[in-house]
Amino acid sequence: MQDSALRVLIVDQNLLRAAILEDGLREAGYRDLIVVRDMQNLLRRILDEEPDVILIDLENPNRDVLEQMFQVSRVVRKPVAMFVDRSDRGSIAAAIDAGVGAYVVDGLRKERVQAIVETTISRFTAFEKLRTELQETRQQLADRKTVDRAKGIIMKQRGVGEEEAYELLRKTAMASNLRISQVAQSVITAAELLK
Amino acid sequence: MSTDSRVELTVGFMPLLDCALLVVAHEVGIARQQGLSLRLVRETSWANIRDRLAVGHFDAAHMLAPMVIAQNLGAGLFDTPLLAPVALGTGGNAITVSRELWKAMRDSGAMIGAEPLVQARALADVIARRNAAGQSALTLAMVFPFSCHNYQLRDWLQSAGIDPDRDVRLVVLPPPLLVDALRSGQVDGFCVGEPWNSLAVDAGFGVIPVVCSDLWPRPPEKVLGMRAQLAEENAETVAALIRCIQAASLWAADAGNHQDLAKLLSQPRYVGAPARLLHSALVGEIRVDAQEPPIRRPEFICFGPDDIVHDERHARFLLDHMRRAGQVPAIPASSSK
Repeated sequence: MQDSALRVLIVDQNLLRAAILEDGLREAGYRDLIVVRDMQNLLRRILDEEPDVILIDLENPNRDVLEQMFQVSRVVRKPVAMFVDRSDRGSIAAAIDAGVGAYVVDGLRKERVQAIVETTISRFTAFEKLRTELQETRQQLADRKTVDRAKGIIMKQRGVGEEEAYELLRKTAMASNLRISQVAQSVITAAELLK
Repeated sequence: MSTDSRVELTVGFMPLLDCALLVVAHEVGIARQQGLSLRLVRETSWANIRDRLAVGHFDAAHMLAPMVIAQNLGAGLFDTPLLAPVALGTGGNAITVSRELWKAMRDSGAMIGAEPLVQARALADVIARRNAAGQSALTLAMVFPFSCHNYQLRDWLQSAGIDPDRDVRLVVLPPPLLVDALRSGQVDGFCVGEPWNSLAVDAGFGVIPVVCSDLWPRPPEKVLGMRAQLAEENAETVAALIRCIQAASLWAADAGNHQDLAKLLSQPRYVGAPARLLHSALVGEIRVDAQEPPIRRPEFICFGPDDIVHDERHARFLLDHMRRAGQVPAIPASSSK
């Protein structure tokens, strides 16, 4: 890879996402990667490392710290431009959609960083998907616990079997246009009230 | 268009006291009366606000007035002209220094509530003493390069002959990190909007030598930014939005609503700071030192109908500061002045 020499600095407080991105860039052949987690003296760190490309997650308030670099070029040896080519709206918009900001050293040609930006976008999107899936799994697990507790209450109160208790929950949910977990929660709440 | 359908607008904001008019418009039912439905989205950086406005995630946003000018001069990420149909209030900034720096300034003549020039001269004296002792330059922070905070800090320093680019280190730090940076000694002072000055004072390790309304009376501060194209194509919506902010401004300027406003803004989804601190700032009772009684500055932050109207002089004034800070090239004298 002709561009493995590019030095890429990743600013991300989310360790998992930073690792996923680092992996992706390594796979794409980039070797000179720096991950910054310590948010103190970020500007100093960047000036010392002299990266060619800086990637920062958009949840990070430190993004505004980077903005200063374009104003105080006297301090920075290599002035950093916001993006390779400001006319390239498509890929900038895609990066922002994915939740990442990319900053590139002035004078670096667009083709040289295109692959980095594309990898970053796809890894950020993959991470977001992972995060959503994790949330859904957690929700499902919590729902299942709620339904199990409600089933137990119904079995005890009505003296029915597990299947019948579940069927009762399911029918009630359908009839009242609610999710089973919502009905189950109502059963638990009611049982606690009547304790 | 059906009469009952409201125009939905996604509006980005930063968790600061001066997002007040947007919150009022949404929460007090004003937007609904104007046929609008506002979805307020809290952001973490000014750069995000600017870029998400440009790519269309936001229809409008709470912005630093100089940001809009900078964007139109080509200093943004996108070549997307912005427009600010209405301002969101005036003032609200202050300069806070560490208690250690304040002690040194007091030894050089600074006093609680004294005019900015007295405080600046004291700071100049402290800097001279530090230089003579071979100590490192003081580090002062502000929140964004294109901000009134930056220009107010620079004006204040320059008033006593302090060169903001040589005699001190000026850095950008996001507000949520400022208080910690002051405590840990990473910065010696900062210029920021509320509630961050009051939070530093309340925690006991910050002192406010200058409230910015003493520096620039009723200064421009935040505006409502929109993409120029969207604004031009939806003149009716823009007009409704302006009426909305006008009505919110009447509500917010009414002293009888200040308690409610402070409570509203204190919620975590808006500013997330103690209501008592927000209220003190709203009424202009500024506690500049935790060990002293508050000072009175009724025009510290203003949301009245006069404070949301653009003034061409404001734009010129800001442009002039941008030029003096070396952010834009010198501007030829305009014949229309």
